[in-house]
Amino acid sequence: MALRVEGLRFSYGKRLILDGAELELREEEILTLLGPNGCGKTTLLKCINRILKPEDGAVFIDGRNYFDMSEREIAMSLGYVPQEHRPPFPYTVLDFVLLGRSPHLGMFSHPSEKDKRIAMESLKTVGIEKLAKRAYTELSGGERQLVLIARALATNAKILLLDEPTSHLDFRNSHRILSLIRRIVREKRLSAIITLHDPNLACMYSDRIAIVSRGRIIRIGKPDEVMDERILMEVYGINVRILRVDGFNYIFAEVSE
Amino acid sequence: MIAHKTIFIRIPVFGFVFLLPFIIGIISAGIGYLRIPPEEVAKSVFKLIHNAISYSGEELTVTDIVLFQIRLPRIILAGIVGCSLAVCGAVLQSIFRNPLVEPYILGISSGAAFGAALAIGLGLFSGSVQLLAFFFGMISVFLAYSMAKSGSEVPVVNLVLAGVIVSALFTALTSLIKFFVDPHQLAGIVYWIMGSFSHASWSNLALITPPILLCLILITAMSWRLNVLSLSDEEAKALGVNVNRERFVFLCLSTFMTACAVSISGIIGWVGLLIPHIVRLSFGSDNRIVIPVSASLGASFMILADDIARSAFSFELPISVLTTILGAPAFMFLVRRRARRVWL
Repeated sequence: MALRVEGLRFSYGKRLILDGAELELREEEILTLLGPNGCGKTTLLKCINRILKPEDGAVFIDGRNYFDMSEREIAMSLGYVPQEHRPPFPYTVLDFVLLGRSPHLGMFSHPSEKDKRIAMESLKTVGIEKLAKRAYTELSGGERQLVLIARALATNAKILLLDEPTSHLDFRNSHRILSLIRRIVREKRLSAIITLHDPNLACMYSDRIAIVSRGRIIRIGKPDEVMDERILMEVYGINVRILRVDGFNYIFAEVSE
Repeated sequence: MIAHKTIFIRIPVFGFVFLLPFIIGIISAGIGYLRIPPEEVAKSVFKLIHNAISYSGEELTVTDIVLFQIRLPRIILAGIVGCSLAVCGAVLQSIFRNPLVEPYILGISSGAAFGAALAIGLGLFSGSVQLLAFFFGMISVFLAYSMAKSGSEVPVVNLVLAGVIVSALFTALTSLIKFFVDPHQLAGIVYWIMGSFSHASWSNLALITPPILLCLILITAMSWRLNVLSLSDEEAKALGVNVNRERFVFLCLSTFMTACAVSISGIIGWVGLLIPHIVRLSFGSDNRIVIPVSASLGASFMILADDIARSAFSFELPISVLTTILGAPAFMFLVRRRARRVWL
């Protein structure tokens, strides 16, 4: 088991977001957090690497309670890929990926040639080493998402946390990025937790799916076991139908108006 | 496009950039009512250093005295102030994640102006203007920081807002003092606020140079960290950075530098905004380069501006007016040239 989440509680002011979320991430698996807007899946992801401090509960990384770990140790174990956005300064792609080395470097140190090499290798892994000298701000949304993945890889973390990696991407790029993530996780023998909006993408690319509703994990398991019409209807509050074609489940929403 | 040449081209370019303030300084020392050619300046400076080291009383000419008593301290002060403001601007722009931030964002200028006005208004002992300007400059930053703090977090938005509030408060208090003092003192306050290097002296320099250089060295040593801090708090935290602590360290160092500079020179605008921009446009955004190059170009720009301030007319122009008159069109030119690109 790569990571265990125990009874996480978190609230913004008086609004309770996470109400005792529990889950386990197995070695070398892709676990998707699926749920409607505001269900707490992004908050859960941020509590898992302690960007947000949970009020109660704990996360165990390789069996160690993360409250006994420093920020740097957590950053070395969990590579975080935030939602794609445009930062204010036009760093080059290589400089940007190099930032992934910061958990390994102290406040007074500058990245070495070795750090640079690791950053270049991460760029190669996601297949954009040609963009190394380009300004990060000039790339397309899909390319920026790849750079963010490369940065997370540069931390050498064994577990990746990806926050809606497809949110700004079109149909084709969504599939490309998720299959790339799957390939990298398999090749480098990593594990990953991904938050997604689209139940179909979740079914296609995850080993297991955790359905998040009102700050709890209400179901967790293989896509076939988890996805049924009744539970999706309950979670999303609309009529849902599942069609089985060629061994795949396709999920449709039935909208009345 | 950002210049990413091979290292063989970059080394001579950087060498030139770092020598620039010294070259400009030596030429500037010859400019003024008494014109002195650069080689005479160099000779004279060596003589002064030689005298100082070996205590030999080699006879000083008028040229030596003009250089030693008036021009050198003034040029060095201009260089140090320009360097502090440019570096402070570059640091704050990174930690505020906004390229439009200037060194005075946390109210340091209003605080310093209030301190100076208070000292001038009360007619305190000599040196009190600098002392109170420094003191209230730091107080204003401290106030803004503690106002912005909520729990263990210090959000950037809070900091900006707190800076605005503190600035407004001290500006109002300064106006109150201006309202009550006599016209002679009022003139003193107004001139101080417009900035000047005419208070330059070796004793002033001895006070502010060591702390400023120390801050500069520390900031340069940590410059790569600024790249991480210029990401969102969330991303920086996920990369293992203690954001609040590191931001506090940078804030302390850069505002301390600025408070030292402002206490002697008064408030000088634009340098802290203009120089880091020019540097980013020509050398890229990596703070490992932005910080040292800003220091060098900030010093060069300020020495040049002061040359004009003190020698273009028969009277001395306020330096802040000049930096703005020189800076605004330069900035405009840069913006126009880059208008088709998203360059901020």
